[in-house]
Amino acid sequence: MSAHLNVKTMAQCLAAGETPEILFWVGCAGSFDDRAKKITNAIVKILNHCNIKFAVLGTEESCTGDPAKRAGNEFLFQMQAMMNIQVLNGYEVKKIVTGCPHCFNTLKNEYPELGGNYEVMHHTQLLEQLFKEGKIQIKGGGEFKGKKITFHDPCYLGRANEVYEAPREVLQKLDSELVEMKRCKSKGLCCGAGGAQMFKEAEHGNKEINVERTEDALEVKPNYIATGCPFCNTMMTDGVKNFNKENEIKVLDIAEMIVQAADL
Amino acid sequence: MGISNIIFALVLIGAGVLFTINIRKIISNIRLGKEVDRSDKKSDRWKTMIRVALGQSKMTTRPFAAILHLFVYAGFILINIEMLEIVIDGIAGTHRVFAPFLGDFYYFIINFFEVLALLVALSCIVFLIRRNFKKVARFQSPELKGWAFKDANIILFTEVLLMSALLIMNAADPAYEFVISKNLKGILPSDLHTLHVIEQSAWWFHILGVLAFLNYLPYSKHLHIIWAFPNTFFSNLNPKGRLTNMESVTREVKLMLDPNANPYAQPADANAAPQRFGVKDVTDLTWINIMNAYTCTECGRCTSSCPANITGKKLSPRKVMMDVRDRVEELAEAKRKNGKDFHDGKFLLGDYITDEEVWACTSCNACVQECPVNIDPLSIIIDLRRYLVMEESKLPAELAGMATNIENNQAPWQFSPADRFNWANEA
Repeated sequence: MSAHLNVKTMAQCLAAGETPEILFWVGCAGSFDDRAKKITNAIVKILNHCNIKFAVLGTEESCTGDPAKRAGNEFLFQMQAMMNIQVLNGYEVKKIVTGCPHCFNTLKNEYPELGGNYEVMHHTQLLEQLFKEGKIQIKGGGEFKGKKITFHDPCYLGRANEVYEAPREVLQKLDSELVEMKRCKSKGLCCGAGGAQMFKEAEHGNKEINVERTEDALEVKPNYIATGCPFCNTMMTDGVKNFNKENEIKVLDIAEMIVQAADL
Repeated sequence: MGISNIIFALVLIGAGVLFTINIRKIISNIRLGKEVDRSDKKSDRWKTMIRVALGQSKMTTRPFAAILHLFVYAGFILINIEMLEIVIDGIAGTHRVFAPFLGDFYYFIINFFEVLALLVALSCIVFLIRRNFKKVARFQSPELKGWAFKDANIILFTEVLLMSALLIMNAADPAYEFVISKNLKGILPSDLHTLHVIEQSAWWFHILGVLAFLNYLPYSKHLHIIWAFPNTFFSNLNPKGRLTNMESVTREVKLMLDPNANPYAQPADANAAPQRFGVKDVTDLTWINIMNAYTCTECGRCTSSCPANITGKKLSPRKVMMDVRDRVEELAEAKRKNGKDFHDGKFLLGDYITDEEVWACTSCNACVQECPVNIDPLSIIIDLRRYLVMEESKLPAELAGMATNIENNQAPWQFSPADRFNWANEA
């Protein structure tokens, strides 16, 4: 692995007179969380491998305001949104790819009314497109060949935006056995992190939501749990640890699986 | 025309008037909610209504209940065609007024209705067993104790009685023989006079039962048979993940961020009362939220798919909808008695729904997805949070910390924004 990733900021591109096709919106988890940073790296590797002209905002990026909005703080959300829209419109951004379904949903659905109109894609949708265009190839499925994978639908990709097939299409390329949990797609159970729950203790109950969800996954006896959201990733990883299964079942983002399988 | 025809006509008119009064009350209760424009995308709205309400597309995810419900639904709609004949017979004093005109087709259609009536009765019996003996989990929640439990049983039991009356009426008619009721002829007396009395009693029992049922609807969860249609028509057509952007907040934020904004400018309507942020009571809700509450059948698909409820938290989306309806009824009644500006000092938030319930939601949209009539409990939960945060600053300490972090560090965690791009050098 190289010490530096080949990734430019919008500011650097502007200074060099370049216009990137795509803005990669990294998100707070992808920027700061050690586990999620690996997903960010994987997405960058994919973008570079496919020779896509992209850039990130770097230190100019800021929280989309999703957790603030879902926690009832509409002021803070709109402050964040307006500031982000100023930055994005300043760079004349047209197309955004996100590594997080929460950023994806907010940018795609809640920014237009406030003056931010962009074509927004989740990274699994981009991956699906890159496979269709033949820009990524996996020879023989790599290390996932014949393994059992189950995909945990992130609420903000699935129900919130009805993207169910793109991640599954991409996982099909791994030449592995894709098994569905009893609650999947529109019936998928939340990992427990949404609606700003990630940042607080759960209310009193008899079980943690991520444990309930991990049980769904364990039932189908997978080798891998595939995710498309850094928060789901954390919740499912913790859930697997709760059952002391971390040596048998790995929780990986789809982008990471593609990077490993295609040896990028 | 005899005395019985006059009595029938009076009862019919009385039932119609009472029903109209009660429905108008409900419409005025719905109007307690704030205006929201759902007049766009007419053709999509018609399609949604036809697919979800008429076509019951969202019922199919639970096939067993869906098939039984389909029998009751089809029975309800189609057997009501027979009501037309019953009403004409009742007013004009005729007997089976359509029979001479329709000939053999009359036999076909009544046979068909009898099959449906039997299916309705059997389905309702299965539903009664599911609720009372099989203890299906979603019918055991705390919010279903008491009235809600009785309400469901009253509806199902009444439907069984009404369908039985219809079949007995046909069986007791010596001039006709229909596919289901002919099997009942054996248990009825053969004396013609007694048969006539039974036939007439069953006829009256059925029609009075139907009119009573009609007027029971406004007090019942069964109101969905009417409200499902407008409710799906006016349902949210945007992606489920999209929450509303509060306009009142947008104005404030623009004032803060726009260097050209004039902070001393008079508001557009200087006399307008300041609006509350979010929802504290039902009058802060939109009329859509309140219509949702009147449409709710308390089936509990929302609650049984809610991750918070599944893991033992107090939140139940069904309870949220039931609380809204109960509170609207209470407040509207008090306003009718004491004038429209009256407030009884009670609130939806606090007296009905607790903070603990509001904060347990993961905003996963499972409740919205599951609802067979497109009710949206999530928008109410978010609006309750908005009130708690923006009016009362009453929120879990960790969330207050998260907000501070976003304000100061542009991320929900306490990392320096200057380190946001460090990941590129850590690979």
